[in-house]
Amino acid sequence: MLARTADNLFWLARYVERAEFTARIIDITARLAALPKAYGGGAEWESALSAVGSLERFRETYEKADEPSVIEFLIFDPANPSSIRSCIESARTNARAVRTALTADMWQSINSAWLELRALEQMRAPFERMSRERTDPFLDVVKAMSRDFDGAAYRNMLRNDAYWFSRLGLYMERADNTARILDVKYHVLLPETEAVGGSLDYFQWTSILRAVSAFTAYHWVYRQSVKPWLIADLLILKKEMPRSLVSCYDNLARNLDAIGNAYGVQGPSQRHARAMLLRLESGNVEAVFERGLHEFLTEFIADNTRLGAIVAEQYLVN
Amino acid sequence: MRIQIHHEIVQTFDPAAKGLIESLRLAPRSHEGQHVIDWRIDVEANCRLRRTEDAFGNFTDMFSLQGPIETLRIVAEGVIETFDCAGVVRNSIERFPPELFLRDTDLTAPDAALRALGATIKSDDKIERLHGLLLVVREAMQDNEDGESAASGLTAAQALAAGKGGTRDLAHVFVASARAMGAPARFVSGHYFDDGKAGAQCHSWAEAYVEKVGWIGFDPVHCICPHESHVRIACGLDWLDAGPVRAASLGAIAQTMAVIVRQSGFQHAASAQLQGQQ
Amino acid sequence: MVEQTFWDEMTGGGADVRTVYGRVNEWLKSTPPDVLAARRTQAELLFRRIGITFAVYGEKDAAERLIPFDIIPRVIGQSEWSLMEKGLIQRVKAINAFLCDIYGTREILRAGLIPPDLVFGNPHFRPEMAGKRAPHDVWVHIAGIDMVRTGEDEFYVLEDNARTPSGVSYMLENREVMMRLLPDLFSNHRIAPVENYTDLLLNCLRSVAPPRSAGEPVVALLTPGPYNSAYYEHSFLADRLGVELVEGHDLSVRDGVVYMRTTQGPRRVDVLYRRIDDDFIDPLAFRPDSVLGVPGLLDAYAAGNITLANAIGTGVADDKALYTYMPEIVKFYLGEEAILKNVPTWRCREADALKYVREHIGELVVKEVNGSGGYGMLVGPHASKAEIAEFEKKLVAQPDNYIAQPTLSLSTCPAFVENGVAPRHVDLRPFVLTGAEGSRVVPGGLTRVAMRAGSLVVNSSQGGGTKDTWVIEDA
Repeated sequence: MLARTADNLFWLARYVERAEFTARIIDITARLAALPKAYGGGAEWESALSAVGSLERFRETYEKADEPSVIEFLIFDPANPSSIRSCIESARTNARAVRTALTADMWQSINSAWLELRALEQMRAPFERMSRERTDPFLDVVKAMSRDFDGAAYRNMLRNDAYWFSRLGLYMERADNTARILDVKYHVLLPETEAVGGSLDYFQWTSILRAVSAFTAYHWVYRQSVKPWLIADLLILKKEMPRSLVSCYDNLARNLDAIGNAYGVQGPSQRHARAMLLRLESGNVEAVFERGLHEFLTEFIADNTRLGAIVAEQYLVN
Repeated sequence: MRIQIHHEIVQTFDPAAKGLIESLRLAPRSHEGQHVIDWRIDVEANCRLRRTEDAFGNFTDMFSLQGPIETLRIVAEGVIETFDCAGVVRNSIERFPPELFLRDTDLTAPDAALRALGATIKSDDKIERLHGLLLVVREAMQDNEDGESAASGLTAAQALAAGKGGTRDLAHVFVASARAMGAPARFVSGHYFDDGKAGAQCHSWAEAYVEKVGWIGFDPVHCICPHESHVRIACGLDWLDAGPVRAASLGAIAQTMAVIVRQSGFQHAASAQLQGQQ
Repeated sequence: MVEQTFWDEMTGGGADVRTVYGRVNEWLKSTPPDVLAARRTQAELLFRRIGITFAVYGEKDAAERLIPFDIIPRVIGQSEWSLMEKGLIQRVKAINAFLCDIYGTREILRAGLIPPDLVFGNPHFRPEMAGKRAPHDVWVHIAGIDMVRTGEDEFYVLEDNARTPSGVSYMLENREVMMRLLPDLFSNHRIAPVENYTDLLLNCLRSVAPPRSAGEPVVALLTPGPYNSAYYEHSFLADRLGVELVEGHDLSVRDGVVYMRTTQGPRRVDVLYRRIDDDFIDPLAFRPDSVLGVPGLLDAYAAGNITLANAIGTGVADDKALYTYMPEIVKFYLGEEAILKNVPTWRCREADALKYVREHIGELVVKEVNGSGGYGMLVGPHASKAEIAEFEKKLVAQPDNYIAQPTLSLSTCPAFVENGVAPRHVDLRPFVLTGAEGSRVVPGGLTRVAMRAGSLVVNSSQGGGTKDTWVIEDA
């Protein structure tokens, strides 16, 4: 297939996944921000920006990280390349360019979200503070877009390189997101904070779970109350948890193998993904904490980014 | 006269080009006014030069390269024996009838000012009219001391409006206004041997067609018809057809091109003797 | 202004309905207008769905305007078509012979049949192609010949399109929509199919692959990209042909061979169905500022490593000034009389003709030689005095640039418009495919219809619509 087509499909899937993640972050942040100050809140909106990796960019143009400005920045700001708006627009541009590789449903899911966004934008004056009653339903639209897109791809796409490259985008972005949300909250997951205990951290912990829709899953897996190191265990090392790092890498390795088999050549990206998978499979949460959770996550994010570069080098530019 | 030429082009790419493809018109062909004794082109990279003849009969050398390429040096050099033919170009390679050279191109499309240049010349004789044009163009255009401004893509009309330009611009102005006068005209690129002048550059001039005589060269920079100092490399409708290098690179944002020309010339005993007999 | 009479393809100007239209007429009579209206709405829905991209690839997202589609088919009898088909193939054969000659030994100029400046001064003539041969001597692989009808046996060629003719996707989608919409009407007729067009096109493209290419030739469709107005057609055709839709930067030329960048490394391309204009196709040979093209493509072509469909420089054959010489061109190369007639044309470059045109400008259509899309022309009978005076100034300043034709009494066909069924003017663009084994024409073509009452302008840029074209077995 054309390298450009593969590149478009890869980024298309990434942008869709990123839009959804941003929508989830806004959701949980709003939830945390509604708690009384006594529960340790205060900097929720700022940490939302860290979770999506945009704090620095935000500070270039905005002064205070409060709800209206962060929502403006994360949903609507065209100057923020990671805003939901930019993600949907980039997804749509990429989708347009690979029309023939997509099913009609996949296109439809992105285009309708785009139209909803345009309708929403037309309803408001620039920088007008939008009520949650208006933005919340839109965040649901974004989540539905991602669900529909993903579902349509899973159900209807031919299992060939077009499918595999789009899956690579999805899982690479998902791994990055999970690692970031963990890293932003890593301090509340450290074992010693348990001693501090109390209800204060409970909401921080559960917000992490909600961000990756794992709140219910946690209880099914561990059958006990929320413990921070188990959250880390779940989101890093539990294969049955779809957004865990190990699950993402299981999928990445699988899809890269499919490409390698179809092309009859294995290369650096297959080796890199397998090595990362092996590390995650053979790791345990004690070891992770011993090394330092933050250090572990920082390294993971860098390795994940490196995989992106290796894939690009091997398949997308030549 | 025997002229030795060393024509060196150094290109730099920033960031390094991932891929590069170029077509070169750096190799002269013989005609009555010049005889190519020896000539070679060297691209200092691992690539294959493919020589073809373009539609105008010029030698074209193509090559492509995979990057990264930061700098690339191309050298064309050799020895040419030239003869003074009073500007008349005989036995050159002609692939088209002269009528083709009445065609406008983007670079030579005439405007009112270009048309007006020729209109002032009062003579019925075609050759006289063209010589008249040579003067008029020279008066209308100062030539840039810095010679060829390789980056400028001025059209003839723009160059005339500016009132100055490099040798290429002067040649374009002549070609455009000669065509507007109804004379088939074309652009010629080559070298001009200027004894004793340092920092030589590539040169451009024009040729116009006069029935019964044929193609005659007109050099508006020196206001003369080309003689034994002129080495003719390529011709075409405009600079794009006949210029030394056309390049397309991948991945580089900025690209620069430095040109060095070194020449030496001497009257060959045989040719001096020949001239003496004429 | 003189009231003109027009020949109607259903009635033939008489009281009775022509045989070929019998069943369509019955259907029209027995179908109430609200049912027709419902069908039209349905058709629009189908277009938005099947051709989802009509609605998608526009400037405005939701409210993308569809090109109006008329649900009443245009019917042509098989015997009428057969003659037309022969004429089309003959004409394209002559065009190809002309291009071989013009870029070769230029016999026709030596014979003095055509003024040389029409060729050498023509902006679509590409000196760069001189001396180059097209594989199998086919220059125009896909031609769109615009035809009009003025009477029972009167067909005229209005214009040849030898560069990158578009519209074939409409022909194919119109048929698909009609079959879903009016299955009963279809079962009543025996209609020559058009859906094999893309198959024929693919065969044609593969047949002209460079002889050196080993194995199955690789074909790709070169588009200027999603922002081009015909991008939808490009992606539609690539999809139907099962070939990659490539943009300039997907291709690269290395040592005279064209490759596309794939996930498995560079892959050699043998045939490019290109939908980019000559000017932009190779910045090393043509416009240096083009970012759409492929540097080195012309060189690869000259080296015989790639076939371009259509070849570069074919525009010299579809120029309006050259058009007037088509009967002579057919005769010169084929030794036959042209089967298809040209519209009588005055070449304003000739003094007598210019005089005539100026005297009769109010009755004539004056066209710019290189204009297209209905721009740069004067329709005498519909123009105001001021418009005529303005145009005449341009005409006198550059008579070479103009031709003039009588206003043709374009035939009409029944169309379903706001106030019911009414006659509207139509033309026809059949598509002629030429490969190594000769030419094929899919029966029919794209019928364009001027949806406004009395209008003779069928261009979609000026409010024209389309309808399905049926070639049926004569009853």
